[in-house]
Amino acid sequence: MSILLLIEQILNGLQFGLMLFLISAGLTLIFGVMGIINLAHGSLYMVGAFAAAAGAAATGSFVLGLAAALMAAAIAGVIVEVLVIRRLYDRDHLDQVLATFALILIFSEGTRWVFGSFPLYLDVPDFLSGAVTLPGGIPYPLYRLTIILIGLAVAAGLFLLIAKTRVGIRIRAGESDREMIAALGVDISKLYTLVFALGAALAGFAGALVGAIQSVQVGMGEPMLILAFVTIVIGGIGSIKGAFVGAILVGLTDTLGRFLLPVLFGAFMEPASATSVGSALASMLIYILMAGVLIFRPTGLYGKA
Amino acid sequence: MTMIRETYVNAAIMLLLLGIPVWAHVAGQPFTITLATKVAILAMAGVGLNIALGLGGMVSLGHAVFFGIGGYSMGILAHHAQTFTPLMEVPLLIEGTKFMPVIWLVAIAISAIVALAIGALSLRTGGVYFIMITLAFGQMFYYFAISWPAYGGEDGLSIFVRNDFPGLNTLVPIQFFAIAFVALSLSLLLSHLIARSRFGLALGAARQNPERVQTVGLDPMRVKLVAFVISGAITGLAGALFADLNRFVAPTMFSWHLSGELIIFIILGGIGRLFGPVVGAGLFILLEHFLGGLSEFWLIYVGAILLGVVLFARGGLIGALSGREVAHD
Repeated sequence: MSILLLIEQILNGLQFGLMLFLISAGLTLIFGVMGIINLAHGSLYMVGAFAAAAGAAATGSFVLGLAAALMAAAIAGVIVEVLVIRRLYDRDHLDQVLATFALILIFSEGTRWVFGSFPLYLDVPDFLSGAVTLPGGIPYPLYRLTIILIGLAVAAGLFLLIAKTRVGIRIRAGESDREMIAALGVDISKLYTLVFALGAALAGFAGALVGAIQSVQVGMGEPMLILAFVTIVIGGIGSIKGAFVGAILVGLTDTLGRFLLPVLFGAFMEPASATSVGSALASMLIYILMAGVLIFRPTGLYGKA
Repeated sequence: MTMIRETYVNAAIMLLLLGIPVWAHVAGQPFTITLATKVAILAMAGVGLNIALGLGGMVSLGHAVFFGIGGYSMGILAHHAQTFTPLMEVPLLIEGTKFMPVIWLVAIAISAIVALAIGALSLRTGGVYFIMITLAFGQMFYYFAISWPAYGGEDGLSIFVRNDFPGLNTLVPIQFFAIAFVALSLSLLLSHLIARSRFGLALGAARQNPERVQTVGLDPMRVKLVAFVISGAITGLAGALFADLNRFVAPTMFSWHLSGELIIFIILGGIGRLFGPVVGAGLFILLEHFLGGLSEFWLIYVGAILLGVVLFARGGLIGALSGREVAHD
């Protein structure tokens, strides 16, 4: 095993973790501010990916595709919030789970209806294709490096938005005391719509960025949704910082586990069974990580008790 | 008054579920019997979940784990029996089996053990954490089943001949239906007895007000954990029967869509109602059968119906039929 390969895998893990953060941040924000568990968040990720693929195919421009993804996911978020989520604020978690599960069925089948069952492909644009050589002589795909940088930039922007701006102050106030900020004259219903649209746009953006690496297909959002749940259970529900730490942890653990475990088992087993045992165990690693966090910190790394 | 009406509705449901396959048997329509068997088995999985969800207020979005474990218990035991290979030789010899009662006991035992582990971890926190954690563990089993090549991996396992039950020919559809129907009836009886028992009262109290349960000297978490284990074991047994119905197990038995569908059964029938999952499963299979014939995209209608029920009709179908609202906390 070469050190170059290991560094490449670490970067891949970081890239995966940052995309996971974009999804988890919205999910945790929506739960923290609005008290809603939104299973349809993965569908918004899918909407972003499809909008990007369709937008890029229609205009021939990847950047316009990204813009289409942001727009489509945010608009879908507003529609969902106004039509469905708004009726669920005073309901229990079971109703929220069921209603948003119903939304997944509607989104998935609706998308299949419009785009068909075959996956779409979103190509990496020419100016981002190819590899760059990182310091130390490590070749790495330029596109993946770009989305690492974009992910970091969006994370920084989100932290600034929440910490420094008026909207951010309102969002944080909404998290800690809903009645009070309504009494202070903030239009809480508009704030909720805004938060939901923001979360949706982040998820849709991630879907578009990942869509260029993987294929764009119906059902792509659900594995990511469940990973985002693992992330925010590890980080602590409602905490953006927790979502960031959790996402990077999950991204690195998953990617490195898949890479290292078969090698590790290969040290004392025959190669064929080392690969199968290693990869089977690697697929369970992040859940074991989650179980470990739950044993020692039931409310997550940064969660409030 | 309305209480009596619900009992009539329940009796009518069971008569319908029993009567349709008997009619189909006489009329020579084995496919209808298979559909009814599917309803009975899925209903039983829903009855299992309802003990955790309806009685205990635990919104488990990972009950497919137990369904899948039941399925794989059957699949692995029968696979070793049909290939004449031992399951394990060291430290002790374990052979496969085609004998249903043994398969069921194994399915129940392993589901219960896994439910104990998952329950102990996920009950450390409540509410929305519980939902996410059960969902995550469900996904863990799903991926494990896919990536573990010994028992078919992604392709699953086929069992060539249905397993044996003493005195019955299980390959005759109506006889296998009888097994499923009796199993469903027993699980309904157990669920009814639990709801009426001291344990059931403690469970209801642990759902509504855990602090009070604690002050009278009971540990609400332990009460919930026991209910979760019973719930998982029933769903596991249903999984073993389901695998026997199809003579096939695959990782999709672990899929979280199935966990979601089990909750849908409960909600379509009406939460907190003993026979809710039976009506819900029946309705779901009917929808699958008829809407599935109309459109490839039938799940979009299921989504719309579900959304309508959740947003506007919270008593479910039994609620609509018997005219009684159930307190829904």
